[in-house]
Order: sequence, then structure tokens, then C-alpha cells
Amino acid sequence: MTTETLLEIKDMHVHYGAIHAIHGINLKVNKGEIVTILGSNGAGKTTSLHTISGLLKPSKGEILFKGKRIDHLKANKIVSLGIAQSPEGRMVFPDLSVKENLEMGAYLRRDKAEIEKDYEYMYNLFPKLKERSAQLAGTLSGGEQQMLAIARAYMSKPELLLLDEPSLGIAPILVQAIFNAIVELNKKGMTILLVEQNAYASLKIAHRGYVLTTGEIFMEGPASELIENDEIKKAYLGH
Amino acid sequence: MSEDTMYFFWDLGQYLINGLTQGSIYALVALGYTMVYGIIKLINFAHGEFYMIGAFIGYYIILAGVPLYLAFPIAMLGSGLIAVIIERLVYRPIRHAGRIPALITALGISLFFQYLGQMLIGADPKAFPAAIEEKTYIFGEIMITNIQVIILVATFVLMVVLWWLVNHTRIGKAMRATSYNHDAAELMGIDTNKIISFTFFIGAALAGAAGVLVGMYYTTVEPMMGLIPGLKAFIAAVLGGIGIIPGAVLGGLTLGVAENLVVGFWVSTYRDAVAFAILIIILLIKPAGILGKNRKEKV
Repeated sequence: MTTETLLEIKDMHVHYGAIHAIHGINLKVNKGEIVTILGSNGAGKTTSLHTISGLLKPSKGEILFKGKRIDHLKANKIVSLGIAQSPEGRMVFPDLSVKENLEMGAYLRRDKAEIEKDYEYMYNLFPKLKERSAQLAGTLSGGEQQMLAIARAYMSKPELLLLDEPSLGIAPILVQAIFNAIVELNKKGMTILLVEQNAYASLKIAHRGYVLTTGEIFMEGPASELIENDEIKKAYLGH
Repeated sequence: MSEDTMYFFWDLGQYLINGLTQGSIYALVALGYTMVYGIIKLINFAHGEFYMIGAFIGYYIILAGVPLYLAFPIAMLGSGLIAVIIERLVYRPIRHAGRIPALITALGISLFFQYLGQMLIGADPKAFPAAIEEKTYIFGEIMITNIQVIILVATFVLMVVLWWLVNHTRIGKAMRATSYNHDAAELMGIDTNKIISFTFFIGAALAGAAGVLVGMYYTTVEPMMGLIPGLKAFIAAVLGGIGIIPGAVLGGLTLGVAENLVVGFWVSTYRDAVAFAILIIILLIKPAGILGKNRKEKV
């Protein structure tokens, strides 16, 4: 089997005004993988995802998607190329219903019949969303909002799904449901870049991982090796 | 019922009709204020000028012989397009400069149009051409003109269309998504710049329609005519809850009725004072407005 590189980041630097947030990182995501970026608060995980999505521009370096540079494109254009993001803090549209949030995810699509199928697929994956489809998203619990954020991102039918801290502030039982759903999506062929503080849970489902510390890649490798690594155990796994 | 009480109720009915007519105009203008605020958090103090521009487009094309039913859409289109151009050339480049620079810029645009109008058209009021013959209907002691009926009906129709647009169309949902958070909307593939342009267009088109209606109602137009109604519409938007679309309608109608009750039962020169007093009181008592929820600020 040949591996096809979907996303490649080369020597990416990002500045917030005078703050040098990302110091030249290199990263690759192959088709069909779950790749995780681990790191503590302020390591630059969200900044990296925002830059891939085009909400921030790198000050140096390149981002390639299917071999083509995307780092100069606007965020809405990047979605149209096939990269969707479920952002940190979920950012579901509180005054729109669950269904309308999903419609917004499918904003760029015109294939009505396929969109209907994908609503059904998401409702099967997250039955809670089906129950609450007419409810305003602002009335959902944190875990339900997280499910909605993932489903909404999926509705654009991306080739690469970026998930920013899907376990943040969510009851453990729902974290398990969400991680199961991520595995399920991946089995159906979705490539996923998963940013997490919850290192153990994400390494368990990921194929490969990168560890980010203060804007630099500190370590990378297959998830099965990272999970056994002593330094990572000490820093992130709490033993 | 004594004759005095009966006349009181006839008077009250008359002031309510006049108030609702005036309030409809405020509401149409207030909608643009509130929509633009909702989407980019800008108090567009130039918004009253789109009302003036709409009135003058109506003035010139009705003079040129265009029928009224065409004058409306043309005035709306004209005001809307000018607002889109102003957003693109002036507000967009300073969008991330902060709220105060944007506010000062809006005041500048307002003055620009007022004085450009005086330069090009002259400061003296122009008689708005009578597009239709005025008729008065009398119910008991209450008089209502066909122009008042047109204003009430046109406002109602425009509001229903706006409600449908915002709640049931793809672009309307994208407007609501963008007003929540630009980044989140961009992540859906929504071109937020286009949505912002569209919002300016709709807001100014509604103000333009109000301009034509008011030209018919008061029969004069002049380049400074947007100033006071613009401020009143701002008060209406704040009164209803700025950023909240039904709030603009509620605020506009409330303000129109309140002003006419003051004129009718008290002293007509207190009308503007009462409007500004309402603004001060609402800011002291419930700054989020009648329909506003006191939400936590987004971080």
C-alpha cells in the first residue's frame, strides 16, 4: 500500500503581533490516519490548527494540502478544498437549532440527496443530536455541543477533519462516546488531525503523534511508541 | 360615557395611528442599525443618510415619471448599493482597528453625505412629487390617509420578507452564524465579507424604502433629513435591544407611539426631548434593551 500525504507542514512559523508562537514546525498527515498533536496549554496546538484552517497566516514556511500550497488562502476557501475544523470551545451557533448548525456545516454543498444521507449518518453516530435536532444549540450540554461541533464539521464532507480538544470540559462518559465516534469516522475512511491535552485517550486511538512544547515539536513517532515513552508518561500521563 | 371621555378615546386612536405610522418609519431604519451592529458590532451613525439617499432617489425617479411601485425597489437598490460601496471602501479596511475608530469614521461618513447632498442638491427642502392622489378615510373621529395605509402595509410586508430571509434562507442563516462569530462562520466555508456586504445592503435598502415612504408622508425632502430620524432609529434599536431584529421593530413602534402621545396630550415641542429621555432611561435601567438578555460577554 502506498501512503498518500494529505497534509504537509514545512518549517511553519506563526507570530501573534510580537509574540513568536510557533517556531518552525514540520508535520505530516497521511490519508486514512489519525494523527494527534499533544501538548499542554499554550504549547501552540490551537494556533497550529487555526493556521492550517487559514484563520491565522504563517509568518514563514509552507502548508501543503494534497501537494498544493494553501497557506495564503482565506479560511472559507480552505473549507471548500476539503479541510474542516471542529474548533476549540466548540463554537456551535447558539441561536441556531441543531439542524441549522448541521446545515451550516454543509453550507458549500449542493448535493441535496447526499447531504440528507450525511444528516442521517451523523444522527446515527450521535443519537442525542437527532433527539434534539429542533432545539437551539445554545441549550445543549457541553458534551452534546461537542458532538454537534464534530458533526457540523463532518457535514462539509471534508477529506481532512481537524478536531481541537474534543474532550475539553466534558464528562468522562461522553469523552468515551466522542472518542469512539472519532474511531468510527476514521474506519469509514476519514483522515483526522486530533489536538488534545488528554494524551492517553488520544494516543490510544491515534496512529502517530507529535508532542508540541512552546511552539516546537519536541517528539514524534507512532502512537504505540509514544504511549510507552517515559518522558511522555511523566509529563502527560501522570505516572 | 360622557362626551369628554369619548373624545379622549377618539384622540387616543388618532395618536396611535399616527404613532404607528411614524414608528414604522423608525422601525425600518432601526432594522439596519441593529443588523449592522449584530454582524460587525458597529454603530453605523451614517445609517440615517441611506434613508436620505433613498428619499432622493425616489424624488428624482418619480419626478422623471417612474411609477411608485417601481420607485420603491429602485430606491432600495440604490441605497443598498451605496451602502455596500461605503462598507467596502471605508469600513472594511478599518474593521480590525477597534470600535472607536469605526464609530468616528461612521460619523465622518454621515457628515460627508449630508454636505455632499447640500453641495449637489442644495440645502433647501424640495417638494416630494405626489406619486398618488392623497385620500382620507374617516372612521368616527379618526382620520387615516391612504399614504398612512401604504406606509403601514409596506412596512409590514418588508418585515415579513426580512423575517423569512433571516430565518428560512441559506444566506439568512449564514448571517446569523456570522453575527455569532466570524471565525466559526468562516470555518463553515461562509465568506463572511460577502455576508457583511449583504447585511449592509439589506439594512440600507430598508432605510431607502423608509426614505421614499417619508417623502410621500411629509412631502418634503432635504439633505439633512436623515440626521434626526437616524438618531431616533438608533434610540429605537437600543430600546428594543441592539442586535436583536424583532427588538428594532418593537423599539421603533414604541418610540413612534410615545412621541405622538406626547405631541397629542402634552406639548409638541417635547417630542424629541422625550425620545432622548427614553434613551437615557433605558440605558440606566436596562441597557440591553427590552428584548435583550444580559448575556455574559464572549471571551
